[in-house]
Amino acid sequence: MPDLNILWLQSAGCGGCSISLLNAESPDLHGALATAGARLLWHPSLSEESGADALAIFERCLSGETRLDVLCVEGAMLRGPNGTGKFHLLSGSGDPMMQWVRRLAAVARYTLAIGSCAAFGGINISRGNPTGACGLQYESDVPGGLLGADYRAGSGMPVINVAGCPTHPNWVTETLTLLALGELTPDQLDPLGRPRHYADHLVHHGCPRNEYYEFKASAEKSSDLGCLMENLGCKGTQAHADCNLRLWNGEGSCPRGGYACISCTEPGFEDPGHPFGYTPKFAGIPIGLPTDMPKAWFVALASLSKSATPKRVRENAHADHQIVPPAVKKTRLK
Amino acid sequence: MRLIVGPFNRVEGDLEVALDIADGRVVSAQVNAPLYRGFEQIMQGRDPFDALVIAPRICGICSVSQSAAAATVLAGAMGLDMPPNGRLAQNLTMACENMADHFSHFYLFFMPDFARDAYRDRAWFSQAQARFKAISGSAAQQALPARADFLHLMAYLAGKWPHTLSIQPGGSAKGVEAAEKARMLAVIHQFRRFLEQTLFGDRLEAIAALDSEAALQAWIDARPAGASDFRLFLEISRGLQLHRLGRAADRFMSYGSYPFESSHLFRPGVWHGEWQALDPAAIAEDVSHSLMSGPPEPLPPALGITLPLEEKAGAYSWCKAPRLAGAVMETGALARQLVQGHPLARDLAARHGGNVHNRVVARLLEFALVVPAMENWVKRLAPGEPFCLHGEMPDDARSVGLVEAARGSLGHWLHVHRGRIFNYQIIAPTTWNFSPRDAAGTPGALEQALVGAPVLPGEDTPVAVQHVVRSFDPCMVCTVH
Repeated sequence: MPDLNILWLQSAGCGGCSISLLNAESPDLHGALATAGARLLWHPSLSEESGADALAIFERCLSGETRLDVLCVEGAMLRGPNGTGKFHLLSGSGDPMMQWVRRLAAVARYTLAIGSCAAFGGINISRGNPTGACGLQYESDVPGGLLGADYRAGSGMPVINVAGCPTHPNWVTETLTLLALGELTPDQLDPLGRPRHYADHLVHHGCPRNEYYEFKASAEKSSDLGCLMENLGCKGTQAHADCNLRLWNGEGSCPRGGYACISCTEPGFEDPGHPFGYTPKFAGIPIGLPTDMPKAWFVALASLSKSATPKRVRENAHADHQIVPPAVKKTRLK
Repeated sequence: MRLIVGPFNRVEGDLEVALDIADGRVVSAQVNAPLYRGFEQIMQGRDPFDALVIAPRICGICSVSQSAAAATVLAGAMGLDMPPNGRLAQNLTMACENMADHFSHFYLFFMPDFARDAYRDRAWFSQAQARFKAISGSAAQQALPARADFLHLMAYLAGKWPHTLSIQPGGSAKGVEAAEKARMLAVIHQFRRFLEQTLFGDRLEAIAALDSEAALQAWIDARPAGASDFRLFLEISRGLQLHRLGRAADRFMSYGSYPFESSHLFRPGVWHGEWQALDPAAIAEDVSHSLMSGPPEPLPPALGITLPLEEKAGAYSWCKAPRLAGAVMETGALARQLVQGHPLARDLAARHGGNVHNRVVARLLEFALVVPAMENWVKRLAPGEPFCLHGEMPDDARSVGLVEAARGSLGHWLHVHRGRIFNYQIIAPTTWNFSPRDAAGTPGALEQALVGAPVLPGEDTPVAVQHVVRSFDPCMVCTVH
């Protein structure tokens, strides 16, 4: 495989996607990068070069002296105040970060938005967007952003939106490996520019609370074991990601940690229009129903399954640990 | 001569330092946070519990600390207590993040600077280069998988890291089951083994028992420079006289960490040659040199205002300048151990104050103090007993949430009005350490610590300055929330 030269920049974000990337395991980050034939020209958490040495690396990419294969941008782009970009000047350079990103994106073979901030603006564009934040090629779900809807990287690809808050380490490393293999083609991106290899799943897939979901045995307060959809704001049946299939930190995910999926891979997750931990309802029915499911069928199935809920599932749904274990059958399993 | 240094990497977030240099030394420094993020504005008008989602997203490396401060401030507003399991789970989650952060700081952020070519003539250079070279050094290759393994604790305690919602005002949304308790002990044991075999080359209990500079010297004398990573750091530190580099105001503050059963593992307070109680009401933020509007007098955070200004005469940072009773405070592991009264920290600081060497030693000392406490906390978890209490948020309330993040004292101040967040103010550890000057012209802790740092001929990014900056383990993304 050819070497992939990667340059990683951080703007208005928390750094959590980088910190999450360091959690890669089996293989670890070094192994994953080696698999992709990837070389970090510079990364804010890992590289030796600071100050003038770091700026020199960026300049060599701009001049073409160093081939820039993959520009990874983490964090939203800040256009404020008043379009100046002064809310984030790249330190040591005096220039707004948005200018650096525009110039580097013009010479990159691929441009990756790492995390929902870089993809869609993320938490930064919440509540009136005080910093004029946007994503690289989107502002929320509206195409445009910093680079414009028509931007294409040197490869002809639009910005690849590795969305998530934060990103799972393997969403990033697998995207890099697929790029190195030449297999991440435009048809492998979903309508929001997210790689299909993780975005063509729902968080609901593999959720350990599925039995509670099936019987609509719902949690009423945080720490309850029941399904989080009906009362506690869980959007796992609508949110695109494979969090309950590949798991986080070895064995975790949001529903496994006792709390709702807030759909952090989706544009607009930051302003759901209701408190995060609360499910908005109309006539007692959640307004955010599972993707692809007709409302009438959902209502009919829900009322049927509620009436069929086993005592075990109903009681455990309202406790923070299992009260009633599954029965041990007196006869052998059939 | 004036030097503008940036971007600084191996710190969280964006940092710029302006240095005035004369006779090969820094004579004056200005620390600039060149990014403004607006979280305190984003919080206003929301449901108070939304803080649990938004606050952790201030910071990817100390997100659990932000969660814990938010949960604490909400619990205060509700007058809510938590069951012993909830407290133990929160302590373990905090400790896991804090240990992972200390670990990342030492192996990934701080030590690679000693593998720079600038040190190629030093006796220890070949060892430092083989071990700590950025990205390719053998230590980073070992440390990343060890760190990832240790963070499996977060799966059992918090679902994922960073950005969990398990931490709740009344405890934890994630009850721990018996099987998970067993696995958590195994994960901590594995981490202990890495610390004892690779980082220290000694038992954690032996490191925790070092009680003076003389005891540390005897420990050094008993083993060769390559015996462990800590030993190699001490060799490098002696060679470069890091105990003479980066001294700030020598006033230290800690909010106290890991409360359990009416006391703390590390108690709150202030250390300035003697211990004093901490009065949070004496905290106020000055904006005279910040790109922020506000009255000329410092405001207590409960009444704080965050309104950025594009231009302001004399201002050079988006960071405000917090002061305790008007004084600059240093916060972090060294401060925690001085306030707590660990004899090694107290003896080192009595001799040379706060400096690069002492900050790193105190951070590593915390592994030896916290990891055994974590083992104890896991054993005391009682599966089947409650992990979380619940309460009602009043329509109007004011509250303060004070916790210790890895890099120091983190405070949230909340005002709920008519059921919504009316005001939410945050003072992060690096806001204290990397604050700009105040109205009296007094520089912040890092600005003081940089004075006197050597600048070698031809250096545009002085390596000594980098040691001082990174010795604080700064988190700029928190600072510029």
